[in-house]
Amino acid sequence: MKKFWAIFYARNIEFWRDKASLGWNFIMPFFLVTTIYFIFSDGQQYQYKVALYHSPTQIKDTQKLSFLSTKYIHFIQVDVLPDAIKKVKHHQYDLLIEIGSSYKYWINSSSPKSYILEKILLSDPPKQLTRQILKGGETNYIDWFIPGILGMNMMFSCLFGVGYTIVRYRKNQFLRRLKATPLTPFTFITAQVVSRLFIVSTVTSIIFFGCKLFINFKVEGSYLLLLLIMLLGAFCMISFGVMMAGRTKSEELAGGILNLVTWPMMLLSEIWFSLDSAIIPNISINSYYQSRASRYDRRV
Amino acid sequence: MPPVLEVKNLYKVYGTKPAVNHIDFSIDENCCFGLLGPNGAGKTTTIEIIEGITKPTSGELFYMNHPIGAEFRQQAGIQFQNTALQDFLTVRETLILFHSLYQDTLPIEKLIEMCQLEEFLHQGVKNISGGQRQRLLLAIALANNPKILFLDEPTTGLDPSARRIFWDLINEIKKNKTAIVLTTHYMEEAYYLCDEIAIMDQGKIIAQGTPNSLLADYFDHVIIQIPKADFTLPIDHFNLPVFQQDESVEIHTDNVNMVIETLISNQISLNRLQIRSRTLEDLFIELTGSKLTS
Repeated sequence: MKKFWAIFYARNIEFWRDKASLGWNFIMPFFLVTTIYFIFSDGQQYQYKVALYHSPTQIKDTQKLSFLSTKYIHFIQVDVLPDAIKKVKHHQYDLLIEIGSSYKYWINSSSPKSYILEKILLSDPPKQLTRQILKGGETNYIDWFIPGILGMNMMFSCLFGVGYTIVRYRKNQFLRRLKATPLTPFTFITAQVVSRLFIVSTVTSIIFFGCKLFINFKVEGSYLLLLLIMLLGAFCMISFGVMMAGRTKSEELAGGILNLVTWPMMLLSEIWFSLDSAIIPNISINSYYQSRASRYDRRV
Repeated sequence: MPPVLEVKNLYKVYGTKPAVNHIDFSIDENCCFGLLGPNGAGKTTTIEIIEGITKPTSGELFYMNHPIGAEFRQQAGIQFQNTALQDFLTVRETLILFHSLYQDTLPIEKLIEMCQLEEFLHQGVKNISGGQRQRLLLAIALANNPKILFLDEPTTGLDPSARRIFWDLINEIKKNKTAIVLTTHYMEEAYYLCDEIAIMDQGKIIAQGTPNSLLADYFDHVIIQIPKADFTLPIDHFNLPVFQQDESVEIHTDNVNMVIETLISNQISLNRLQIRSRTLEDLFIELTGSKLTS
């Protein structure tokens, strides 16, 4: 246990004294959160988003809906009705229309955009049209953005802080020096993993509560569950970093592999923007990242 | 008393080329054993196999009469030539880190005093000089109060003053009955510190013994050096080996009196004459045909 604490302590000190890494871990997420907050704080988004769900019971002679030819509205095909209803609740969609043997639409009673879209829809309504009212506060961009930026920061910290560091240790022969001591590889790796879990959870908690204090973003659900998910997520990422470091001898290769893992996550996991209106082929990897992101997003 | 370390029929092959070719040696308590050889001779591979860094192809290693195992790792001190340390730790913190990895240790303060670390104890390891770094690495190697200490080219790159300080430290360690395995390119260092040396070449030990016994075995003459400008005789005037160097003439002889009498009788100035005994470096070159590089 003494050996474990020695490695744990040394690794933590190394992290806190490495001003560049420390700065990256703290300043970058705060900077991005603040910037995005100011850029989007006026809430002006001119594009309407309307989700269209085609019911399996749709019949061919459904009356044509003239609303669908309205300009300046982005129509999005959805496959899962409950998810789409939830997005209307969170103001991610302004209107949802189910097209089947009859028409049914959902609007959010607290959304001005829903109100406008409903007016347009009812200006030329089909014969069979059912109205469904939903209630739910708007998800601001900052509410959307913060979980993503925290997740991204954790991902980089876990992958690079463990995987890349072990590769560096191997390259500069620090591992070789430790191999000549009674320290076992298991103790060394365990200390690295726990040290990074401790660092990541501390840094993420400080950023999370710092943002909560100054921006007061929306949080729903259990904090304990959030902590558990954060730890499990960090553990997965750290494990991947260790796995990569196990067979990689070059820092350049390690950097390349880690970028290969992190960039798709950055682009496809909806950290920055919802991909509902993005022109990205709905390939399986995209769906995979989105489902991961939506699970993560439901926490906040 | 059994030998501290015994190496039997050690063999290591990379591809088809043997790096270590069936060597045997043993090291007793209180002995400083020097392993010398040109680059690529197999010294580092031998040391790495003993330290457990590299696996041998075949052969046996015994520590205190038992096959090398966990006890050896607890009781061996190792100073690599180039060891990177954790960048953002101070000298003291680095020492504490390695100190924590062993069960039986010397007190930290004693290590600090022994290796003279006081003056830079609170500096970052990135900011200390080469000599200070070597002293820190030695302190790390001594943290577990080792029964056997491996020093891999510990003074390479140090200035003469720092090297002398290091030699004094090694001599102090020798007083504690610690066996030392030293690899070095400095023959003067090997002669000064080692009780026994083995010269390796192409994976084999080609000579082994105390420095003086090896010199006595291989050389029975001294070298008389005279600047070329002062040596006015034809080279074949002596019935002795005479060698022309760049700026001097060397006469190899076991009868200095006779040579000097001959030089005087031929009116050759002795003002700049030098007589020197054969050194380990001469022996090294004689045996391996290689010039020493560090």
